[in-house]
Amino acid sequence: MTNAETLPWIILLLPLLSAAVILLFTRKSSSVSALISVGSVIATLVLAIGFRRLPEGAESAALPWIDLGETFRVAFGITIDSLSKGMLLVVTVIGTLVHIFSLGYMKDDAGKSRYFAGLSLFMFSMTGIVMANNFLMMFVFWELVGVSSYILIGHWFEKDSAADASKKAFITNRIGDFGFAIGILLVWCITKSLDFGEIQIFLTGPNAAGVNAGLLTAAALLVFMGTVGKSAQLPLHVWLPDAMEGPTPVSALIHAATMVAAGVYMLARVAFLIGASEFAAFTITWVGAITALVAALMATQQNDIKRILAYSTLSQLGYMVMAVGAGSPEAGMFHLYTHAFFKALLFLGAGAIIYSCHHEQDIWKMGGLRKKMPLTFLTFVIGTAALCAFPWITSGFWSKEAVLLAAWQYNAGVFYIAAFVAALTTFYMTRLVIVAFFGKPRTDAADHAKEVPAVMWAPLAILAVMSLLSAVPTISDAMSAQVPGHGEAHSTLAEHKGDHAVTEAALAETTSETAAEKPVAESETHAVAEADHAKHPSVVLYASLFTLVVGFIGAIFYYRGQSRDPIRIGVFANKFYVDELYALIVRFVQDLTASVLAGFDKYLIDGLFARLPSAGAYGIGNALRRLQGGNLQSYAFLFGLGIVIVLYIVLGR
Amino acid sequence: MNDFYLEFIVFFPLVAAVAILLGSPARFTALAAMGVNALATLMVALKFQVRGSGEQMFPFQFNSSHTMLDGIAGLPKISLAFGVDGISLILLILTAIVGLAAVWVSPSESAIRGQRDNSPKLYYTSLLFIVAGAIGAFLSTDLFFFFAFHELALIPTFLMIGIFGHGKDRVRNAWTITIYLGVGSLVLLAGLIGLYLSLGGATTSLVEMQALANGDGIAAGAQKWIFLLLLLGFGVLVSLFPLHTWAPAAYASAPTPVAMLHSGVLKKFGLYGLIRIALPMLPIGFADWQNLLLVLLLGNIIIIGLVTVAQKRLDLMLGYSSVMHMGFAFLGIASANIIGVSGAVMLMFAHGCSIALQFALCGQLRDRLPSLDFDRNGGLGKKIPALGLLFGFGAFASIGLPGFANFVSEIMVFFGSFKRYFDNPEEGIRFITIAGMIGLWGVVISAVYMLRAYRKMFMGSPSKLSGDTSGLTDLTWAERLPLLLLVIALMIIGFRPGIFLELLTPTLESMARLSGQL
Repeated sequence: MTNAETLPWIILLLPLLSAAVILLFTRKSSSVSALISVGSVIATLVLAIGFRRLPEGAESAALPWIDLGETFRVAFGITIDSLSKGMLLVVTVIGTLVHIFSLGYMKDDAGKSRYFAGLSLFMFSMTGIVMANNFLMMFVFWELVGVSSYILIGHWFEKDSAADASKKAFITNRIGDFGFAIGILLVWCITKSLDFGEIQIFLTGPNAAGVNAGLLTAAALLVFMGTVGKSAQLPLHVWLPDAMEGPTPVSALIHAATMVAAGVYMLARVAFLIGASEFAAFTITWVGAITALVAALMATQQNDIKRILAYSTLSQLGYMVMAVGAGSPEAGMFHLYTHAFFKALLFLGAGAIIYSCHHEQDIWKMGGLRKKMPLTFLTFVIGTAALCAFPWITSGFWSKEAVLLAAWQYNAGVFYIAAFVAALTTFYMTRLVIVAFFGKPRTDAADHAKEVPAVMWAPLAILAVMSLLSAVPTISDAMSAQVPGHGEAHSTLAEHKGDHAVTEAALAETTSETAAEKPVAESETHAVAEADHAKHPSVVLYASLFTLVVGFIGAIFYYRGQSRDPIRIGVFANKFYVDELYALIVRFVQDLTASVLAGFDKYLIDGLFARLPSAGAYGIGNALRRLQGGNLQSYAFLFGLGIVIVLYIVLGR
Repeated sequence: MNDFYLEFIVFFPLVAAVAILLGSPARFTALAAMGVNALATLMVALKFQVRGSGEQMFPFQFNSSHTMLDGIAGLPKISLAFGVDGISLILLILTAIVGLAAVWVSPSESAIRGQRDNSPKLYYTSLLFIVAGAIGAFLSTDLFFFFAFHELALIPTFLMIGIFGHGKDRVRNAWTITIYLGVGSLVLLAGLIGLYLSLGGATTSLVEMQALANGDGIAAGAQKWIFLLLLLGFGVLVSLFPLHTWAPAAYASAPTPVAMLHSGVLKKFGLYGLIRIALPMLPIGFADWQNLLLVLLLGNIIIIGLVTVAQKRLDLMLGYSSVMHMGFAFLGIASANIIGVSGAVMLMFAHGCSIALQFALCGQLRDRLPSLDFDRNGGLGKKIPALGLLFGFGAFASIGLPGFANFVSEIMVFFGSFKRYFDNPEEGIRFITIAGMIGLWGVVISAVYMLRAYRKMFMGSPSKLSGDTSGLTDLTWAERLPLLLLVIALMIIGFRPGIFLELLTPTLESMARLSGQL
């Protein structure tokens, strides 16, 4: 038994064990449950560091699951590569901090045991996604994060809004999974395998030429539907803002940092599949870009602090998807990592505010919190700076540069959208900070707010440090993403800023390398065109600085000293009426069809096949009853007897 | 290996029933009989040789045969013959588990007397007859008894719905299901007789019939109409669209253990018959009607799925959901390959346990609540958390969440439906694969209705229309145990499907080798 064989399984199963123990034994003693859960997550964090040291591509023990001989065989196996190592670290670090924060946030909650069991179940499921070495295993854990998300969004299930939100999240994700499942099945048919490694070998090998291109595109896009659901891309984005009904630490862990990023992670894992179809890559890029834009527009007009952050998450997820689609999964994953930290920080910060303001979430009912909660304020501002890509000292800057660069190399239109989104991001985040933290307290709740206890601000501080530190080369290197099948010998974007010389030259170097590592499938002309683009990377840096300034000044101009929103854009505030549209579809398409069919079933089918004959029989039964004084028993007896007689006659000929 | 295990398992419940009629305490005797049966089933499962003995032509084990009729009055030789292979072993285990749970959740004797002064003796003997009939049908290796045991189980089912059922429509619903399934059984009987005659009318042994069918085979024209009769006959029993309307109302009226036993176990007889008889003996007939079957099963999945969404009462919703899920089982059979058929058998087990669990919980709710209407409930999770949690397990099992047997079964069914394209990409995507794609939408639909139901019953604030729920009591431990039994069964197979697949593969491979089907 080597480490590589057992260690991943321990990491995977520990949280499941924790969830099971809580469910079975410690439901009544909530503090014990919390300790078990926190203990398990800390242990997995430590082990995840050990996981990083495992040799790349080491074989872990496989666990057979479905085995039908030669016909069909699926085993659970572990992928050990830099992608899974990096993601696992992100998941466990943030998981640990959120668990600790929850100790304070959920201290007096009646359902504390259920909450921590849910968190542990989530950690199990998420770890499974990260480690999966085949499509079916990923799908299994994909579904399981869905249900842990359901449990946690619906934690306060007596609240109608929370109950509805959890249901909506699960069903919307199922719609994505519908496509994802068909995609997986098609990939299986095309490549004769479910194993990521084997699929990659097939698609990059000589067999790929024989594959029907349209089919491959369809498969890639259907697999992408999984991402659209899980990472809440347009048009399945509607569940994520509602998911904010869950406790805020859950929003930080699941609905900002990790689970929603699983869609991006999955795309990066199968980047070779996207690389094999130009149209699929095109669609994915544009879906990402449009999601980034639309969500940012909606974020500018929200008043609920968590919803602003939720739309911001949508928008940033759009960035990541866009980068992956544009042929740079490294950039997408890099942004995923940095975003995970600063967005978790922002959510936990929001949680601290909500906790102190007695569950007030409307930023217009806050104000002046800067003085009441200085630590929260400081860390929140750091998170905001990272999200707005404040240059050089925040991690967000570096990853957003990478994303913008990917967009620039792909298509000018995509790049301009991405840049505009950057301006919007700064605008809505500055608005949030000004309204919530500056000015005077606008309500009693805000007036009486106090700094949160150490168990809550300590995670904030750690995350804040990480949001800054990850700009330091060694750390960012640790977080850097090497995406398998996307240039194995690839030195990452993060490494390139290792010398900290943030010059155009450095960026240009990065760029040329990225361009050189395009997937095999892409045409050479494409690569040349990109190398051409790559000569102007300064545009990226200027654009990002310019948008930062514009967004910041814009927000200051409009929101300084305001006590109510001076801008009213109904379309944005009402989220482009997408929810209303879907509600109409559900009511008039699904439910109406269902009712019509139910009527059809009840009257026509039942009438034709059951009521008519049975009415006749009932009449006969009544007649029999009169004749023989019989009842159901005697009928049943006759029924049995009749069958025997019929048998006898027929068989006897 | 000519032990008497199988005879024991089939007849012991009947012996117990007689004992009850002779004055043995009804509930205790029935429960003990089911416990003994479960142990005997476990013994069979442990002694079952996974790989059969050598190159056995038919992998039935524990074979036994007693000639009942031999040439009397011109009748053929009919033997009371039992045997068990991978498929029937899984169904036997299902029956043991659901049978035990169903008898366990049955009301106490005093409660039965309290309800319209009914007889506990009749109640428990009927249950035992249903169980014995189901086991007999699954274990029979003789066509006649295969059919007759199923009828033996149906009769007490009808009785119980009419006598012990719920609601004012119970008698009417009992009649409906009686006539409906009676007619279905007759159609089936006609098909079976046709099959028997077209094989020369010499034997009713399934093994010998299969050997004959593999030899000269049955003429294509005969296969065509025999398969249709079998499809319709078995179809009625499994509630194949549009022959399903008996099911929801009957289940809603049925006493809880009967709903559990019929929807969980007895209904699987039709699927079992298709796999055991129709598919391997009538390959040409299957090919003729495969497209019809696909259309009808999509009716189950999509149309009945949507009808389920429209339901406003828990018991009816569960009844329809059970009809809907049969579509997935049919899909596995219609793909006619090892993956799909294995998936279908696994689904019989998974669905059997999960629907039994859900009907059991529905019964617990019926005992506690003034109404099962969605609009008259809400927020129950707070008042009866253990029941809510178990209902959640049932709901998510039924939705096909990984970790429950349902997920792995459904996954295999879908992989089965794509196998045709996997094997023959040059012929393009065929209807079976398209049906698999459309059927996947059913996975969304089932999430919609199940989570809606869960939302309306257990989550949110209580409805204004709900009655007084202050005195609600949660499940006692005695009430939880049978439900936990079902949950554990679902999870064991969900985590380790290999336990069953190991049993199934040799059986199905041998069927495939022999019949050229699969």
